[in-house]
Amino acid sequence: MEENQYVILEKARFEDFISALSHMQKLVAPVSKGYRNYAFEEVASGSEIALRYIPTILPLKKYFMPQRETLLEFTFGKRSQAEAVVEYEPVTIFGAHTCDLAGIQCLNMVFSERPKDYNYLTRKGKVTLIGLECNEYCDDYASCHLVHASFPSGGYDLFFTDLGDYFMVHINTVSGEEIVRATGSFQKADTLHSNALRDLRNHKRKVFNNEVPIKTKLLPELFDVTFRAHVWTDLDARCLACGNCTNVCPTCYCFDIKDELDLSLQRGIRYRIWDSCQLEPFARVAGGINFRKDRAARQRHRYYRKFRYPVDRFARFFCTGCGRCTRTCMAGISLKETLGALIKESEDRVWKKWL
Amino acid sequence: MEKVVIRDSGYRLKKATLLQVKRLTANEKFFELSLQDGSSLDHEPGQFIMVSLFGVGESPISVCSSPMKRDSFELCIRAVGKVTRSLHALKAGDEVGVRGPYGKGFPVNILAGNDLVIIAGGLGIAPLRSLITYVLDNRRDFGKVHILFGCKEPRDMLFRDELEHWSERADLHYACTVDRADPEWAGNVGVITTLIPGVDIEPSRTFAAVVGPPVMYNFVIKELLKKGVPGKQILLSFERNMACGNGKCGHCQIQNLYVCQDGPVFNYERIKNLSEAF
Repeated sequence: MEENQYVILEKARFEDFISALSHMQKLVAPVSKGYRNYAFEEVASGSEIALRYIPTILPLKKYFMPQRETLLEFTFGKRSQAEAVVEYEPVTIFGAHTCDLAGIQCLNMVFSERPKDYNYLTRKGKVTLIGLECNEYCDDYASCHLVHASFPSGGYDLFFTDLGDYFMVHINTVSGEEIVRATGSFQKADTLHSNALRDLRNHKRKVFNNEVPIKTKLLPELFDVTFRAHVWTDLDARCLACGNCTNVCPTCYCFDIKDELDLSLQRGIRYRIWDSCQLEPFARVAGGINFRKDRAARQRHRYYRKFRYPVDRFARFFCTGCGRCTRTCMAGISLKETLGALIKESEDRVWKKWL
Repeated sequence: MEKVVIRDSGYRLKKATLLQVKRLTANEKFFELSLQDGSSLDHEPGQFIMVSLFGVGESPISVCSSPMKRDSFELCIRAVGKVTRSLHALKAGDEVGVRGPYGKGFPVNILAGNDLVIIAGGLGIAPLRSLITYVLDNRRDFGKVHILFGCKEPRDMLFRDELEHWSERADLHYACTVDRADPEWAGNVGVITTLIPGVDIEPSRTFAAVVGPPVMYNFVIKELLKKGVPGKQILLSFERNMACGNGKCGHCQIQNLYVCQDGPVFNYERIKNLSEAF
């Protein structure tokens, strides 16, 4: 590791650092909401921040593509006028886990693909991201190692690793460097610190293993052979089509566009709002035909949008292994169990083929 | 929260004025529009645009005129939803918002030099009319041209005058059928597939362009394959409820394809194994 890219922050100075950071621009960080629920919210002091937390209810996408955002403002008159707008807010996010950083990397790819989405890209340019390493698994729902999201791999300005009395901090960008300089709370890292970081990573390599019994690179192949698997029929019977899984997914970005008139009827806005492929009308056309009528087809679509389709389009998985979909599902549909069942069913098939 | 006006937004609209509005059938109306900034829409046959009415919403509509017509463009709209019903209430001189064109249309450069079988079912004639008029505008670039048209009843027939005109032209073969005849109907009765066996084609140099309701595709494709037309040369256009047109919102997705960007026109070979397509 390049040592000049690393600095340390003593825990005793954490409070000063957070306070200084919150004075620079709006600062958000994971905050405990009780009952093992956490949420990214605005903070002003370090004591509000939950440094050990399981993935928040909503992922970071809410800062990059808000649940509801104005695209167009229009006014009526003799001649109507419309202007395309972007709403944004400079914000620093502290404490993003590697799964959520991976989620933002996915969204960046989607919205940078031509035709580019300047609403997203403008807002992204105003966000400073500070990551925080998971030294252990958050809980049993996570499957981050399976999708290579358990270790940091870019997508942040600064990355914090808790090493006991201090944080080891990786400076990844110029704006990260500016924060280090402006807050003045950091010290140079030496070999002792980098050895400690290396030890932690080695420890993690032992603790983190593929959570589902399959090699990561075989996942696309698994989905190639299981499009007509019984697993999907099973999900059809259980899924309530509530859309919770897609709302909390860090890489689900589907939306709908709607108009809203002001009460004066003189002006209005066109906005986009999170939508979900799990909802019944999502793929329905005006004539009434629905191209994904069954919940089985819709659940399958969700899984394929995580593990198969983006592999062709973006050369990566769009599951970050955060486990939110499983934690939030009212019907107890588990991502790890579904993958496990697919593996089992595909093995049966392979086995029968040989008989 | 800060707010800025952006020029590059994919949601920015151009304003268009309705030059004429004409009723075609009980459910469909014909609109001719021109962009207020004087520019040309510059679309490919088969592409679609998003038409919007402020306060009501947006709707994806395929352009039904030839791109050779530079000063204005035409739409054929069936009143089925909130936006389209509101569009039906407009009259000449009114204005709407427009963005696009979007997607990939019929690959006219590849079609040039070949024979064409154009098969339209019902409202499918709208996107195909842009191809047909383009072909007629550049008639000498194409070989034999067959137009097969089918609809439910004679009174559902769109562009009746033009169909009649096409049927009289010597440089193309035209046939049409209705599912159910009325007393005045003297033509064919039956589904559109009944017209295909009668078409005399040289499969290797024939491209088929098919647009119609989803149920029509399977039967028509089967007949075309039976005729020996290679899957790569069968072109289909899909209807989905696109909300963004930019390949992001997810509504038009068929497996890994976005109809709004990768389509709406696909060759059969590319989509034949995709479930959810038809």
